[in-house]
Amino acid sequence: MTIEPTSVEQVSEGLRSVGYLPGEATALVSYLATKLGKPVLVEGPAGVGKTELAKALSKYLDRELIRLQCYEGLDEAKALYEWNYRKQLLRIQAEASGTGWEAVQDDIFGEEFLLRRPLLTAIASERPVVLLIDEIDKTDQEFEAMLLELLSDFQISIPELGRFDARTQPVVLLTSNNSRELTEALKRRCLYLWVDYPDAGHELEIVRLHTPELSETVARKLVEIVHEVRELDLKKPPSIAESIDWARALLLLGADDLDGEIFRQTMSVIVKHRTDLELVAARVGVRLGGAAPDGAAGTIPTR
Amino acid sequence: MAPPERSRPAERGPGGLDAELIGFAEQLRAEQVSVGTSELLDAFAALREVAWTDRVDFREALATTLAKSPEDRRVFDLVFDRFFFRAAEEQAARREVVEGAGFDGAEQLDLEQLRQQIAQALQEGGEGGLQDLARLAIAAFGDRGDGSGVIGVDVQRIRRQLGLRAEPQPELPEGDPRRDGIPREQLRRFEQQLRRELERALVERTRRLPPARPLSDLDRTLPGGPIQDLAAVHKVVAQLKRRLATQGHERKGRNRHAHVDVRRTMRASLETGGVPVVLRYRPKRPRRPEIFVLCDVSTSVASASVFFLSVLHALHDSFRKLRSFVFIERISEVTEVFERERDFHAASEAISRDAGVADVSGYTDYGRVWSEFLAEVEDQLHPRATVIVLGDARTNGRPPRDDLFAAIAAKAGRTFWLNPEPKLYWNYGDSVIATYEQHCTAFECWTTAQLEEFVKALTGPAADLAR
Repeated sequence: MTIEPTSVEQVSEGLRSVGYLPGEATALVSYLATKLGKPVLVEGPAGVGKTELAKALSKYLDRELIRLQCYEGLDEAKALYEWNYRKQLLRIQAEASGTGWEAVQDDIFGEEFLLRRPLLTAIASERPVVLLIDEIDKTDQEFEAMLLELLSDFQISIPELGRFDARTQPVVLLTSNNSRELTEALKRRCLYLWVDYPDAGHELEIVRLHTPELSETVARKLVEIVHEVRELDLKKPPSIAESIDWARALLLLGADDLDGEIFRQTMSVIVKHRTDLELVAARVGVRLGGAAPDGAAGTIPTR
Repeated sequence: MAPPERSRPAERGPGGLDAELIGFAEQLRAEQVSVGTSELLDAFAALREVAWTDRVDFREALATTLAKSPEDRRVFDLVFDRFFFRAAEEQAARREVVEGAGFDGAEQLDLEQLRQQIAQALQEGGEGGLQDLARLAIAAFGDRGDGSGVIGVDVQRIRRQLGLRAEPQPELPEGDPRRDGIPREQLRRFEQQLRRELERALVERTRRLPPARPLSDLDRTLPGGPIQDLAAVHKVVAQLKRRLATQGHERKGRNRHAHVDVRRTMRASLETGGVPVVLRYRPKRPRRPEIFVLCDVSTSVASASVFFLSVLHALHDSFRKLRSFVFIERISEVTEVFERERDFHAASEAISRDAGVADVSGYTDYGRVWSEFLAEVEDQLHPRATVIVLGDARTNGRPPRDDLFAAIAAKAGRTFWLNPEPKLYWNYGDSVIATYEQHCTAFECWTTAQLEEFVKALTGPAADLAR
């Protein structure tokens, strides 16, 4: 059955047990979200584990995860519900003879003809769920306004049917990459959580958790390098998921040390733009030393 | 020092913690964080669920309900520290609680060992122990009696005596925790603790609180908000780009429906016996070249011009019809450079080469700039055009020629001026921004927040006007 945590420590422990290492604020806000029944707005740079948090929460709380990926142009029909008009038409044709208009009309706007989209599914679910509304900043303001009813009262009004109240209290997470300022009305209804890149110690723990076989010294060096790379002025700084990928790659290659050569061979795991690659090779690769195959990295001018 | 840390009886002040929290919210509002009643209720609800004995939990519970953007969070942290520190000290002063040095027997300490211990603890991180460390450090190195009287100076003196530095110190022996340098963030936190402990000692000595001071703009900007850090600027500009891009799309969505051209529809309907079968629409007018940007790259705005150039770079990505010029003494068009170079570094290098053309004496000559600009683009200025000037309006004693500027502003639809100086310095010395301000809208622009304000103004009604 679903779990009801009773303290912040429990949430923190629980999230750890499913492979997500929360920071202090993350654990606390997750706990408050289950206690207060308020949606949480999670913001932060790309790749710090905002979506992962929702997945981990659903795993830990043993609730189903319902995910709504937002994009520009997302509308009610794809997010809330839609009338299954084909089925409605068939019904009308089937009953065309003999039945009065009133009867048909009553019939075709029943729950049977309703196609449930993620938000309605979350509301109508018998068991409590975790609802993830991903990248809310990609939608337009009108959609945000439509969400307000759901977020504050956990209900959805369907004109033909009436009001759907939540049968159970879902845990709602909204994530945003902060590409647009969300409205005050939305923010007022949410708890706010800012997730940033973890500090070195924390990230080391995360990497160690996911690749326990990697030797500690390599992991430590890896995290240090990732942090150094994030300090540079890159188009896309490496995310946590990428440092884990990198650790796995090193493990597969059987690397027992992270020297200049291994770094040059594998850095494309964490750096994914051509210009970024050059910059990182020039700044970090050179410092790590090791024989560059033909001295190529050495000749790239440092800017 | 949050209330939980000192075991204070519940009967502090009328209203207890509730009143304190409302007072805290008032202070947040005074610093322009919008805290509504519903947020305050949430805060109370959240505090019922967490243990107050944990300072971090207490602070995070308030933060998650009251501060809803990174900027707000920054202000929140500052106000939180100030408010609860003062509240606790006020009580302590009233009740004459004296905590004393906090550590006895400082004389017997092996100072070198202490240095090592503190550095070690800082390396390892964690927030909890910092306060004790700070007290220890003050007890050992602080000379409580004869501090310099200026807290900032004392903090730095203690830090130096501890030999704490962010940079690696290779001359130290192997195994010394300071050898690789202390993480900058840890160092900053430690200094903050030192400062707070010294303030507390001061309050204890004098038995009264120093007057509260509102946050200055410098406190409030996010670290990296000021213009120096190029990487930080890029982050904001990248965000700006996305915002400009989405705003553009919103616009397109709203203007998608076409207008029916009644006259042409009627005429077409004659073919079908007066029944308008085919609708004719008014042609959509393409947006014309709209924006002209003039950017000062002289030495007086050197720090700002990197910022401005990267803004310009972002604008070029978002507005296809944009012409940009850099100027010092003369102007030089750099539109092509920006369009050719997708990479900012290459673009700025090319521009600094180009800027040589604009540079004769190294001092800005606005009069000459205006006349050259007019000569170059006069025929292309029209009521739908927007002119943006990035500069400090310091004429170096040369005539401002605001008559020419007025002519530009009159021909263009809208004229904006972005000034990288704080408003305080406007019109001091050779700054003549007031003269130009009569013909344009001037914005103070030296933090990224101010830049965003400007972008709102630019993309808001400007597009409507431009249609």
